[in-house]
Amino acid sequence: MSFPWANEYQPSHPFMKWMDEKLPLPRLVYNSVGSGYPVPRNLNYFWNFGFLALICLVIQIVTGIVMAMHYAANTAVAFDTVEMTVRDVNWGWLMRYAHANGASAFFVVIYIHIFRGFYYGSYKAPREMVWLLGVVIFLLMMATAFMGYVLPWGQMSFWGAKVITGLFSAIPFVGEPLQQWLLGGFAPDNAALNRFFSLHYLLPFVIVGVVILHIWALHIPGSSNPTGVEVKSESDTVPFYPYYIAKDGWAVGAFGFLFCMMLFFFPNALGHPDNYIPANPMSTPAHIVPEWYFWPFYAVLRAFTQDFFFIPAKLMGVLAMFGAILVWFFLPWLDKSPVRSGSYRPTYKKFFWFGLIPAMLVLFYCGGAPAAEPYVMMSQLAALYYFAHFLIILPVVSAIEKPLPLPYSITEAVLGKDEAAQLAPTAR
Amino acid sequence: MAEEDGVRRRDFINIAAVSAAGVAGVGVVIPLVSQMSASADVLAASSTEVDISSIKPGQAIKAVFRKQPVFVRNLTPKEIAEANAVDAATLRDPQTLGERTKEGKENWLITMGVCTHLGCVPLGAGEGEAKGEFGGYFCPCHGSSYDTAARIRKGPAPKNLEVPEYEFASDTVVKIG
Repeated sequence: MSFPWANEYQPSHPFMKWMDEKLPLPRLVYNSVGSGYPVPRNLNYFWNFGFLALICLVIQIVTGIVMAMHYAANTAVAFDTVEMTVRDVNWGWLMRYAHANGASAFFVVIYIHIFRGFYYGSYKAPREMVWLLGVVIFLLMMATAFMGYVLPWGQMSFWGAKVITGLFSAIPFVGEPLQQWLLGGFAPDNAALNRFFSLHYLLPFVIVGVVILHIWALHIPGSSNPTGVEVKSESDTVPFYPYYIAKDGWAVGAFGFLFCMMLFFFPNALGHPDNYIPANPMSTPAHIVPEWYFWPFYAVLRAFTQDFFFIPAKLMGVLAMFGAILVWFFLPWLDKSPVRSGSYRPTYKKFFWFGLIPAMLVLFYCGGAPAAEPYVMMSQLAALYYFAHFLIILPVVSAIEKPLPLPYSITEAVLGKDEAAQLAPTAR
Repeated sequence: MAEEDGVRRRDFINIAAVSAAGVAGVGVVIPLVSQMSASADVLAASSTEVDISSIKPGQAIKAVFRKQPVFVRNLTPKEIAEANAVDAATLRDPQTLGERTKEGKENWLITMGVCTHLGCVPLGAGEGEAKGEFGGYFCPCHGSSYDTAARIRKGPAPKNLEVPEYEFASDTVVKIG
């Protein structure tokens, strides 16, 4: 579906006409990311991050397939094959560091993409399905990243695997058998490493599938925009090609610049030195931390140190950690405000910048810190606020807030008055 | 099947076919799920014999059982007294030292070296490692402290360090598993 003024695909070359009759793939591309897809004219740079996320996924799949050509999922040699890839394989160092830093880059991009959604209310009707699929993609990304981090079989790999699969042992009654089933043994070993490799190779393609659904669901109502006012007429939009292809291209250039800076000058800055020690099941590193992108959720896990009525602290921590993400699934229904964009919601905006963002940053910081005071207390307060934001503050604020007057249209928001519009010349 | 029953031949075939497909589906899922459980070679991981003759009072060693560490600790009389001084009923996982050791061998505390929180190896068995504020073991991952009977006293772990099945093969050899 698209707006009625969308350009129509009109192949001129006889071959393209023939193709359009047999398999209208060029038409699909034209209507999805070409001139046939009208997009609000006022998107700011935060709207580039969806495209950047796609670029990251491609980087991960390409470098990952290359890494798999040189890797062996066996506890005896896994660590060495990764090191040999870096040292002996032609350009292996580039592939390995691009893959490791690519995971970090992917999460930077996806966090900005998600917080764009939080601020501008992109999750609201009619885009709930886009949001729900996005949360599914995020969960798949977390599972993929976790299993990928296990593969080099260093100390952090091993103990990360042990701690994270240990989460499942918190589930009453079935926990321990479930953990042993997941690992194929009593502790992470060959069986676990092999299945993690298998799934780490599989899940990115599952992500590709859900991304296609995500974009499909997005293209039904079309993109949201910084005002949150829906598209009313043709003057509110410009065709995706060339306008947003060019802008996304610019963003890819800027991203590539920063990515290469990390890759070539600080390739290990985001890694952990302990993962250059081969896995040793007899000795836990003094300070186990997950990769930085899991820190906020790891802090929530560790925030629970007391039993809560009949629920053990361990189970509470696990439930809270998963709950911290699962609560996002309910966001479209927790936030009842009819105004989408945070720019027109003075109260919500304050709670966003001075509440949610600082709470997330505190959780992020504490997740990487040792499990001691004052970090435990800080994580507890921040975790409490985090849940209060979604479950109490959002519903209450959306009920009592008086939003600012919205512009009549996107065109008016951009040009001051609706009649000033000039239609974008098309690149037919 | 007669038409007058209200059951048509088609209905029967439909139900039979869907049921057969369901049974076949379950039949396919069982091996697919079960193959992920611990394989025979992992389960055959056997028992371990540990020579404890060289462990002096106050010392501990780490042995390996099912690819996981086991702590074998020779408690000092002071540590035994500390463990017995606590009213077990007040603990998170109430157990006395006597229940966690073999009769007549109360000084030999043999437990898995696997924190019951998320499975890290607690510190305290090695020379010079932090033993935590209760003098037993301390898990650096999330700060669980165990006392001199390896009972959970503080932190997120729900249970005491697990006591594996073991027996004294002789005065100096312990057979674990």
